[in-house]
Amino acid sequence: MAETINVTLKVWKQESTEHKGQIETIKADNIPTSASFLEMLDIVNETLIAEGKDVIHFDHDCREGICGACSLNINGVAHGIEQAVTTCQLHMRSFSNGDTIWIEPFRAKAFPVLKDLMVDRSAMDRVIQAGGFVDIRTGSAVDANSLPIEKELADAAFAAAACIGCGACVAACKNASAMLFVSAKAAHLNNLPQGQAEKKKRVLGMVAQMDAEGFGNCSNQYECEAVCPKEISVDNIAKLNRDYLSSSIKEGVQTI
Amino acid sequence: MMSSYKADSTVPHHQAPEGPLSDKWSKYKASAKLINPANKRKYKVIVVGSGLAGASASATLAELGYQVDCFCYQDSARRAHSIAAQGGINAAKNYQNDGDNVHRLFYDTIKGGDFRSREANVYRLAEISTQIIDQCVAQGVPFAREYGGLLANRSFGGAQVSRTFYAAGQTGQQLLIGAYQALSKEISKGGVTMHPRTEMLDIVKVDGHAKGIISRNLVTGEITRHAADTVILATGGYGNVFFLSTNAMGCNVTAALKAYKKGAYMANPCYTQIHPTCIPVSGDYQSKLTLMSESLRNDGRIWVPKKAEDCGKPAVEIAEEDRDYYLERKYPSFGNLCPRDIASRAAKEVCDEGRGVGASGLGVYLDFADSIARLGEDAIRARYGNLFQMYAKITGEDPYKSPMRIYPAVHYTMGGLWVDYNLMSNVPGLHVLGEANFSDHGANRLGASALMQGLADGYFVIPVTLGNYLADQKPGAVTTEHPEFAKAATENRERIEKILSIQGTRSVDSIHRELGLLMWDNCGMERTKEGLEEALAKIPEIRKSFWEDVRIPGHAGELNKELEKALRVADFIEFADVMCHDALNREESCGGHFRAEHQFTQADPEVQAGTTQEGEAKRRDDDFGYVAAWGYQGEGVQPSLNKEALVFEEVKPSIRSYQ
Amino acid sequence: MSICFSFFTSSIGRKIVVAVSGLLLFLFCLIHLSGNMLIFVGQEAFNDYAYMLHHLLHGALVWIARVGLLALIVAHVLATVSLVIENKTAREPYHFQKTVRATLSSKLMPLSGLMVLAFIIFHVLHFTVRLDALGTNDPSYKLGDGHFDAWQMVVDGFANHWVSVFYLVSVFLLGLHLKHGFASLFQTLGLSSNKTRKHFEVASVLLSLLIFVGFASIPILVGFVGIYR
Repeated sequence: MAETINVTLKVWKQESTEHKGQIETIKADNIPTSASFLEMLDIVNETLIAEGKDVIHFDHDCREGICGACSLNINGVAHGIEQAVTTCQLHMRSFSNGDTIWIEPFRAKAFPVLKDLMVDRSAMDRVIQAGGFVDIRTGSAVDANSLPIEKELADAAFAAAACIGCGACVAACKNASAMLFVSAKAAHLNNLPQGQAEKKKRVLGMVAQMDAEGFGNCSNQYECEAVCPKEISVDNIAKLNRDYLSSSIKEGVQTI
Repeated sequence: MMSSYKADSTVPHHQAPEGPLSDKWSKYKASAKLINPANKRKYKVIVVGSGLAGASASATLAELGYQVDCFCYQDSARRAHSIAAQGGINAAKNYQNDGDNVHRLFYDTIKGGDFRSREANVYRLAEISTQIIDQCVAQGVPFAREYGGLLANRSFGGAQVSRTFYAAGQTGQQLLIGAYQALSKEISKGGVTMHPRTEMLDIVKVDGHAKGIISRNLVTGEITRHAADTVILATGGYGNVFFLSTNAMGCNVTAALKAYKKGAYMANPCYTQIHPTCIPVSGDYQSKLTLMSESLRNDGRIWVPKKAEDCGKPAVEIAEEDRDYYLERKYPSFGNLCPRDIASRAAKEVCDEGRGVGASGLGVYLDFADSIARLGEDAIRARYGNLFQMYAKITGEDPYKSPMRIYPAVHYTMGGLWVDYNLMSNVPGLHVLGEANFSDHGANRLGASALMQGLADGYFVIPVTLGNYLADQKPGAVTTEHPEFAKAATENRERIEKILSIQGTRSVDSIHRELGLLMWDNCGMERTKEGLEEALAKIPEIRKSFWEDVRIPGHAGELNKELEKALRVADFIEFADVMCHDALNREESCGGHFRAEHQFTQADPEVQAGTTQEGEAKRRDDDFGYVAAWGYQGEGVQPSLNKEALVFEEVKPSIRSYQ
Repeated sequence: MSICFSFFTSSIGRKIVVAVSGLLLFLFCLIHLSGNMLIFVGQEAFNDYAYMLHHLLHGALVWIARVGLLALIVAHVLATVSLVIENKTAREPYHFQKTVRATLSSKLMPLSGLMVLAFIIFHVLHFTVRLDALGTNDPSYKLGDGHFDAWQMVVDGFANHWVSVFYLVSVFLLGLHLKHGFASLFQTLGLSSNKTRKHFEVASVLLSLLIFVGFASIPILVGFVGIYR
């Protein structure tokens, strides 16, 4: 009863970081259109196991669009052409019988391929470690309502904090720039009064780490915003640029 | 009926201090053993898991000065499955001035848990709840706010006050990012060494104490020994024993099961929470179930066709008189808003009768046509727009035009490793936090309580109670040179080689699906003695099939997802066994454990008096008012049953009624 | 010292250098354009304007402007080239390439920038240095008492259709460069938001069109149409 389609996959296969990778052609037949994209890969992998071959490796976990693990570039677009979804939320009904689907890993020098479609995104963790937090010790907090926060600011902070750290912004950028990610993480805290004390340190630290990781530079094409599953705004990038300038000036003035 | 299970010689003791409930935690803190700050840095702590409990514990313990090693199987600590929690987090702040207080939150949680949790732990949880909100706000967690700039609250099931703090529909993500950022801060300061993409394979016990773990680097396949002065497990629940659940694909029971096999008690594993409003399974390829907010039941009417032959027709073509609004029919006073477990079981019942809808026949309609006609499409869009959108994305159907299809799904597991008031298991030095332990939710968890418990354990309980254990330990006494480490590493290496050498015909997933289906049918929403005995008879067959016929491509010394899955599934199979034993032993119905033999009927005086309804769970406090702590006795051997009697000093167990 | 170094070597710092120098160069383009338009007012007006430029501040202004512009161009180009080199090494290309939102002008930035740079060099050699080879060094342009017949030089300069074509193509690329560059600089300087970004983009289209049409009018009318022949 379920409708099925046959598609041809052009999948990136790479044994490990040290090996060279290449595109391989794999047939995916009788795929139910109601299956998710990752379930399609599950079905293909079942077939590969039955044939005695190694499976296609890809990152995934929650499969409901929130953990940020899944990370496929599908037909040239991070998370596929559907707007505001992660790969796991993309369904096969978006494809037609006979389609050829190109599946590649999120590519960036800062995201080395671990195997097939899996990449190492720990660079993003290191950016957070460089200042993406409020330095408060457990137990030292005052009453939560002692600090009213303007609703607009709280909403802006929340909108930035919706980032799931999937790295699609990096993957979509022709320069592999991480500005949308970094700016969203910085804006989340820089918008809030709790984040003011360390704002300068945070901004300078996170940008320096971002640069050190080998991400490219933003050239304002906004591909990142277009593919972001959480529709994070490039406003955050403008804010980070502004905050970086003011933080640098402040740092300069203080050191004189 | 007398249980045929034997008890061990030692009976676990909860270690909660004496005295009035409200004083226990202060009393404990006042007398807890302390470690001098200069000495703290000599102690090494292993934390397995980086969800709310693991990340908050790692960060806080590092702040205190301990050397922490934190492990997670995900590529980043931020991806732990706490991230998926939608609803909110409870706290007895009483910001709404609606009469909330610590005692009320405590009582609601105990009652919600169907009087199967330990009073002292739950009271402490309620007490700590307020500090959690303060801590999270200070970290910059963007909770929803009112126009005045103060924190907003909403009400949640099982409570008559508004005490739930939330951040749109992604409270879990925001809280986890808060904890992850605290963790990141400590990583940058050198207090925590993070081990992502690393899976714990085993616990190492030295002289009876948990003193380390064996891990596998998921990228290189390297097996590594890690020694520490204590081990903390914060590894989440076991919902994936059913294969299909709302859990993430990687969620597993391995750490808890390994602890169980090393002597830790597994407590109440039969308590599983099943959520009535999930998007149903659409085919046998399905990998995961997605939860939709229960609030949909406020405006949707639930029905199935009266005649099985109508099930294939489009919903709109089924005439009104041919529809069976079974909840409204069976429970006229509550109708579509009857409690979760009843709604879930009723759906299963009609589907078992062959009247389920959708391709798989496992689904019921949730119809908004009446509400749309009454209130207009815009009003419904305003209330549920994002949920309708999510539904449309997943199913490709427009819920404004045709009814949604829903079906219950496993969502949370209340059972877990047994812990005392210190959150330490009966294995000294082995602490267990969050969903992985059994402690605070009894037989059923209230909405918005899971996040509260994870953070309470990590931020506020373990930093105090850990000292109690460590104060008596000489720091660094055990190193990886101890023969127990070599032994455990070898055992695990051999196990991996054995799995890889089978090269049979079946994929790991196919075996996992078989196990999941068996558990869902026999140890799911409704359990019977016969069903559980059948499951217990079949589990060894599945185990045999796994160990003789599984096929894993690739080898051990590389990134090998199939191998990872296989190691987890092998553990789920063993876990399923103790879970069924627990369900079989518990000859009563309570919370997330429903035994068909034990439900209220018309003949019961409580039903006649209107205290409860027909079909509601029937508890048997006199015979089962205890925590069932199971001890491992060997593969294929019946586990031992150790009972911790639940003593209620403050509350009086009553029929859980929400009428 | 160290913050100064880290600012000018950082990604955002260099982008700010590009934005600020770009903005100033854009303003220069506007001034340059308005001066150029005097060509249609008449020979005298144009030559007087040229005389004024060369004699303000006892002739120092023109040198200040030249040095300033050179510095801006050097800063703009150096910063951009270093950023682009990093961008090229930041990723290996996809086998299947596709963009969702990027505009053509944004994709052509490095190319249009380099072409404009080449054009500027030619333009300076053509009308400032007046290389013999380019035919703009005719002694008859010297009018005595320090005056110079710049008007005639331009009219003669565009008599060559190949030169006019080259100018036309170059100012088109300049317009394309500015279309992305102008809107972009507000983002880089942190001045745009979701509310204003659209306005900056519209303004950018209009201004780059103005620059293109304005500059193009000279090779078209003077060169191809030949209104002064």
